[in-house]
Amino acid sequence: MAYLPNILFAIALVIGIGYFVKNVRKLIRNIKLGKDIDVSDNKPQRLKNMINIALGQSKMVRRPIAGILHVIVYVGFIIINIEVLEIIIDGLFGTHRVFSSIGSLYGVLIGSFEILAVLVLISVIVFWIRRNVIKLKRFWNSEMTSWPKNDANYILYFEMVLMTLFLVMNATDVSFQEMNSGNVISQYIAPWFSGMSENSVHIIERTAWWLHILGILVFLNYLYFSKHLHILLAFPNTYYASVKPKGQMDNLESVTKEVMLMMDPNADPFAAPEEGATDDDVPEKFGASDVTDLSWTQLLSAYTCTECGRCTSSCPANLTGKKLSPRKIMMDTRDRLEEVGKNIDANKGEFKDDGKQLLGDYITKEELWACTTCNACVEECPVSISPLSIIMDMRRYLVMEQSAAPTELNNMMTNIENNGAPWPYNQMDRLNWKDE
Amino acid sequence: MTVKTMAEFMAEGKQPEILFWVGSAGSYDDRAKKITKAFVKLLNEANIDFAVLGTEESCTGDAAKRAGNEFLFQMQAVTNIEVLNAYEIKKIVTACPHSFNTLKNEYPSLGGNYEVLHHTQYLQQLIKEGRFKITNNSFKGKRITFHDPCYLGRANEVFEAPRELLKELGVNLVEMRRSKRTALCCGAGGAQMFKEPEKGDKDVNVLRTEDALQTNPDIIATGCPYCNTMMTDGVKFKEKEADIEVLDVAELLANGK
Repeated sequence: MAYLPNILFAIALVIGIGYFVKNVRKLIRNIKLGKDIDVSDNKPQRLKNMINIALGQSKMVRRPIAGILHVIVYVGFIIINIEVLEIIIDGLFGTHRVFSSIGSLYGVLIGSFEILAVLVLISVIVFWIRRNVIKLKRFWNSEMTSWPKNDANYILYFEMVLMTLFLVMNATDVSFQEMNSGNVISQYIAPWFSGMSENSVHIIERTAWWLHILGILVFLNYLYFSKHLHILLAFPNTYYASVKPKGQMDNLESVTKEVMLMMDPNADPFAAPEEGATDDDVPEKFGASDVTDLSWTQLLSAYTCTECGRCTSSCPANLTGKKLSPRKIMMDTRDRLEEVGKNIDANKGEFKDDGKQLLGDYITKEELWACTTCNACVEECPVSISPLSIIMDMRRYLVMEQSAAPTELNNMMTNIENNGAPWPYNQMDRLNWKDE
Repeated sequence: MTVKTMAEFMAEGKQPEILFWVGSAGSYDDRAKKITKAFVKLLNEANIDFAVLGTEESCTGDAAKRAGNEFLFQMQAVTNIEVLNAYEIKKIVTACPHSFNTLKNEYPSLGGNYEVLHHTQYLQQLIKEGRFKITNNSFKGKRITFHDPCYLGRANEVFEAPRELLKELGVNLVEMRRSKRTALCCGAGGAQMFKEPEKGDKDVNVLRTEDALQTNPDIIATGCPYCNTMMTDGVKFKEKEADIEVLDVAELLANGK
């Protein structure tokens, strides 16, 4: 029976990590539903971007208040997790504070964890106030109701509880308090429990310890279902994000093939396919109407989005009351991708047509046509997501597959086709300004 | 005003130093034509051997691409590239950030490789090389705010060239709350210029004009024919056209001379 806690701990650990791994596999499977894209270029630049933007939080701090608070929570999260390592060893082997044998350094470590825990707690409370009391506009857009709104608060509650448990755990650890090294914060909490019996204090310590580690395991598994996935995916996403100038849109290769054929006077449009031609040579769908038409990096971005809304709060269309919200584009993409993933799970690994798609069922034409392609959303995103690239791929589908552009745009395009200008002027008049 | 076409240069067996890409707006739009002429005036003053394509120039395809019509864009691009390559063009200067972005970033993978500069970059280069001097001091001390065109600023990170030129004029450059990286769009990009906006509670150009008006400017400067139209309309909407002018940086440099 003496090993019961160790066994229970091991079981909790295996279930917690096992379920997480299962969901990570699903996550990767879903992301791979996207089209392949070559991101093997510019490795040094990509690495630099990841280090600066994800690890170094360089874009977060462009908005200093949220940025600095976020850095505190981020640093706290990473550093306090060193403590989790000790908890796991203690839990598995029945030791108590196994690292304390390293001497005074242990006190320094735990002391800094405690200070960070308090800072994290304060930051998270400020975050909660910004969302729920000050009600910053970007947290109250129309896409931020129900689950997205609750999700954000649950994360904050989780963090508040975990930090509190960590401090209580230390405060009620009699032997740790007697060491009187590293209890920089918890020594002020310890007296709250001084009236209790030694046994009660011990029970509280054990309870806090267990809840802390179980809480961490639950939180780990909460990630997959939450916007909080960004803590992991920010890294690959900043690595794989575009390294081109923001204004540069990709030239569709499938279109290039056809254009070159049209422009080549020697090409025979009725020629039979070359020998050895495979299905891959069949012209693919132009643009995107569903998540599987997007690239896997765009799908990765959808899972990475933490719905902070910096994009939407800087979008000229959204600022002037249009329906377009770049954040919603990302949220819709993720929701639809999840739906497709669940469909595949339910149908033994095959996607069964559900009569739905990203275009129309999630994202409307009205949203897509409101975009000015100004790149403000791309510039703002702290983890290098491009909602614009998804908008553009869907516009391409609307125009090239459905000829469903607004009438005025069709006129503009007809003008370009006929006169080489978006207006109905004669190409021969192009130099008239010289003599006017 | 001296303007020679590439065809004329070719006939003389000469190659110009730069090709001035006028763009559709610069060729046909009444307001934008003034910017074109102002820039030509500056080029003439600096004795630059430049050419235009004239009737051989065609829309870069930016608006078509951003409207989603990749076919039309690539048709335009390939046609233009054929002309540009036939004339062995190396260096292109344009006063339109949309042409600038498309020529610079989207033509290379289709076979069009050129050094492409925005006219503000080119003018700055000329000043640095001592080939062009700003003598115009009629805007000295005027409060001027610069509206960053998205396709010049955020899209290609050219923030300083236009500002440096304005400083050369000795103006009192005042920045809007949203500027450079965080500048707000004028509302015309992504083919919006050619359509009515979606339903909302305000037009983008009005919001941007309000940004500009907060700086209490004498002049709103910009570097894009579309931004120019949008800001001019915004100023009219706010009934400020008697007090505030919207001018391209090239016009500021060329005016009063």
